[in-house]
Amino acid sequence: MKKHTKIWLVLALLAAGIAMLTGWYLRRHMVAVLQPAGQIGHKERNLIAFCTALSILVIVPVFTLLGIFAWKYRESNVQAKYSPELEGSNLAETIWWLIPTALIAIIAVITWRSSYAMDPFKHLDSSKQTLHVQVVALDWKWLFIYPDQKVASVNEAAVPVGTPVDFELTSDTVMTSFWAPQLGGQMYAMPGMNTHLNLEAGKAGNYRGVAANISGKGFAGMDFTVKAVSKTDFTKWTQTAKHAIDKLTPASYTQLAHPSQNVRPSYYSAVDPALYDTIVMKYMMPSGTQTDTGGAI
Amino acid sequence: MFTTFANTFLGRLSWDALPKDAITRGGAATVVLGAFALVALITFTHRWKWLWKEWLTSQDPKRIGVMYIIVSAVMLLRGLGDVALMRAQQATSVGNSHGILDASHFQQIFSAHGTIMIFFVAMGFLFGLINLVLPLQLGARDVAFPFLNATSFWLFFSGMALVNLSLVIGDFSAAGWLAYPPLSELKFSPTTGVDYWIWSLEISGVGSLLSGINFLITILKMRAPGMTLRKMPMFAWSVMGSMTLVAFAFPILTVTLTLLALDRTIGTHFFTAGGGGNAMMYVNLIWAWGHPEVYILILPAFGIFSEVVPTFSRKPLFGYTSMVWAIWAIVALSFTVWLHHFFTMGAGADVNAFFGIMTAVIAVPTGVKIFNWLFTMYRGRIKFATPMLWFMGFTVMFTIGGVAGVLMSVPAIDYQVHNSLFLVAHFHMMIISGVLFGYFAGLSYWFPKVFGFRLHEGLGKLAFWCWAIGFMLAFTPLYILGLMGATRRLDHYDASLGWQPLFIVAGIGVLFVLAGVGAQVLQLVLSIWQRDQRRDFTGDPWGGRTLEWSVPSPAPVYNFTTLPVVEARDQFWVDKRAGKTAEPRYEDILLPKNTGAGVIIGALAFLVGFGMIWHIYWLALVAVLGIMVAVIVRASDDEPEYILKAKEVEKIDNALHRRKQYI
Repeated sequence: MKKHTKIWLVLALLAAGIAMLTGWYLRRHMVAVLQPAGQIGHKERNLIAFCTALSILVIVPVFTLLGIFAWKYRESNVQAKYSPELEGSNLAETIWWLIPTALIAIIAVITWRSSYAMDPFKHLDSSKQTLHVQVVALDWKWLFIYPDQKVASVNEAAVPVGTPVDFELTSDTVMTSFWAPQLGGQMYAMPGMNTHLNLEAGKAGNYRGVAANISGKGFAGMDFTVKAVSKTDFTKWTQTAKHAIDKLTPASYTQLAHPSQNVRPSYYSAVDPALYDTIVMKYMMPSGTQTDTGGAI
Repeated sequence: MFTTFANTFLGRLSWDALPKDAITRGGAATVVLGAFALVALITFTHRWKWLWKEWLTSQDPKRIGVMYIIVSAVMLLRGLGDVALMRAQQATSVGNSHGILDASHFQQIFSAHGTIMIFFVAMGFLFGLINLVLPLQLGARDVAFPFLNATSFWLFFSGMALVNLSLVIGDFSAAGWLAYPPLSELKFSPTTGVDYWIWSLEISGVGSLLSGINFLITILKMRAPGMTLRKMPMFAWSVMGSMTLVAFAFPILTVTLTLLALDRTIGTHFFTAGGGGNAMMYVNLIWAWGHPEVYILILPAFGIFSEVVPTFSRKPLFGYTSMVWAIWAIVALSFTVWLHHFFTMGAGADVNAFFGIMTAVIAVPTGVKIFNWLFTMYRGRIKFATPMLWFMGFTVMFTIGGVAGVLMSVPAIDYQVHNSLFLVAHFHMMIISGVLFGYFAGLSYWFPKVFGFRLHEGLGKLAFWCWAIGFMLAFTPLYILGLMGATRRLDHYDASLGWQPLFIVAGIGVLFVLAGVGAQVLQLVLSIWQRDQRRDFTGDPWGGRTLEWSVPSPAPVYNFTTLPVVEARDQFWVDKRAGKTAEPRYEDILLPKNTGAGVIIGALAFLVGFGMIWHIYWLALVAVLGIMVAVIVRASDDEPEYILKAKEVEKIDNALHRRKQYI
């Protein structure tokens, strides 16, 4: 065997080995973004797949040309044609101004359409009524308020399967980002701001959610679970919450807002209906009138 | 009584500022011992006078360039040390184990890593290379404002010194490399960490702005007779694009940092949570600087490839005009994309769609450049010297990273990858392959011109392969982890997620990269050791095309004996082919005198920063006044230049040419 052939064989075996090992690893683990469990997550995954496929149109020619040119026009290959004066070609250059432009035009259309169609502020089309959940980022846990059910929970949010959910987000500390990868997408939660993330769980399950933007020392443990359950189980969940001992009053909220890490889920049986708005609005006050103790209303 | 005295004179400074735990003490000890060893070495070899006369006070852009690159190289080691700690933490801190670092220390390390790699490695390396090459390429003897150039370097040096001082006294920012408020506000980051971050960047940022203006004027006013813009080498074009961005973008950074500093020191509410402050304004401003910054770094790397590929393919650059248009398209577009760093902050669909499309559009001129380089190789005679390897590695990785970038430019996709390790993998792929590989190519390409001898090729190639393999191992797992839902900056994660194997692979990748750096250090040491065998007596070791190769190596302090006259694009190549050699005419040459004013201004700027960080306001005030005095004294110097007599020039020139006849 020639030396070159041997090298290529070793490289090919190595590549195959790595590919198999990676495949084996991926089959045994959850790749959240590529294994979505809701309509938004599905659409996002499909967009990723389509754009990746489109990118093959760029990668293949570049890699091929690089390989061929490097091999064919290597210094030792004196048979290859050498054109030391060649410094351009209007035709060729027009082609590679136009082809990327065409590809990007396709991406642009996709960008434009998907930005509107999947605007996270927009309620999802559904025959079912949208569930409202107000979310407050705290140091370092998430507070979920269910204004219609009049309950609240910490680091755990139950949602009925197949029902669109409007997460209304704010923060009562620094900014961070609310991300539930399997359901699809993330949105920043910021003090004094009110943002929305509309999602829907397509099948029952417990879905991991995280704080995606650094927010201080407890950031890594600021996880939550979205429990997608049946309609009846959702009612059961709200009933359980209703039987919780704690009520979310200004006093207990202040206590909750106090920094704490790796917080276990807990429930509140009643919520002050004005709480969420108060949290958003207090940052808008002139500095003299607001109480500046993290979280106190 | 004592406390009031201490507060007035020492601000926040006290014994508490010294490090307390083992790892921070290790960091502090490294800095202190390193500095001590350096001072001792210089003292024992009696090199202080030499250092001061030949280097620290020098106005020669080539020497300033070398100093920039030395500082950047040391900072690269520091930044990689941070990487090693981060990867060690992430490979071990899973489930019940919490690794080697606590959360806030881990957060300081990644904040320092980003800050150092961008501001004190990439920017320093960039200005270093420009200083080495730009005047030579333009057929000029110097930059437009030599003293300003030295001052810029010393401001950069001060900023670097402040960042590293934070290892010894106080702490560093734990708020990420861009320090988003409200986290970076006093209420949430009460220590000196964020202040170190602000003042080191404030000071080095002013240096960058001054450099930007200086190089821009150099390009516009100092070109050799006959060198119209359209005959200018592509590296010079790329520097012109980059420096235009510096001139527009760095003022934004300076102002933004000032506003944050005001929030933290006198209690304004520009970006606070509360009092009507708006953190989103900061995020907009910082990225209005931050995105152009990416192109500030990457355009000159493109320029380097545009020099390297034609030289080693022995053909002119394919599509010169296209390349120029592509540069300026990127310059213009780079100010229209900043919002893609926060699609997920709730801007409406129209705003997101606009910025998404503009982002994708940048791929067009970039793609054009890639194809032009590839077709420069077409029908060439390609010599695979080290710089060419860096180029090929760049093409592969940059294309992959770029495709990931186009993916993320679609806002609906970005919602799923923003803040994840997918994003981290993308931008490292762009910056390491696009910026660092380019600068490495430039360094090994121009090294002989500055030092007069070549670097060891074998070790250079080994370094490339270690970097390339390590780099793929370090970042491919991060793409996967991002899709698995791993966010960036985690100091700990749950064992049930099964991420540990991928973090371990990424850590192994870092070991390869470290091996690559080891090869580069060895390459440098060995090449210096064997410098007599590696001398470049021709001045043109690679078969170059542009003017820098027409002068002997190392280039004399005045660059050109007689200023060249330019008639064609690759003038030196044309001259070589025509067999033309110019008879030297010797004339008196006006050169800038050495001055210590740059060093003094840099040292005073350091004191301004230190005073502001520790609230020692009298010190900051005195230092500001000192800077004013230094500037006035220097500006009143009626003879900042000296004349190198024609006789003297002839002597130097003959010595250099005698060496040429060796071969």
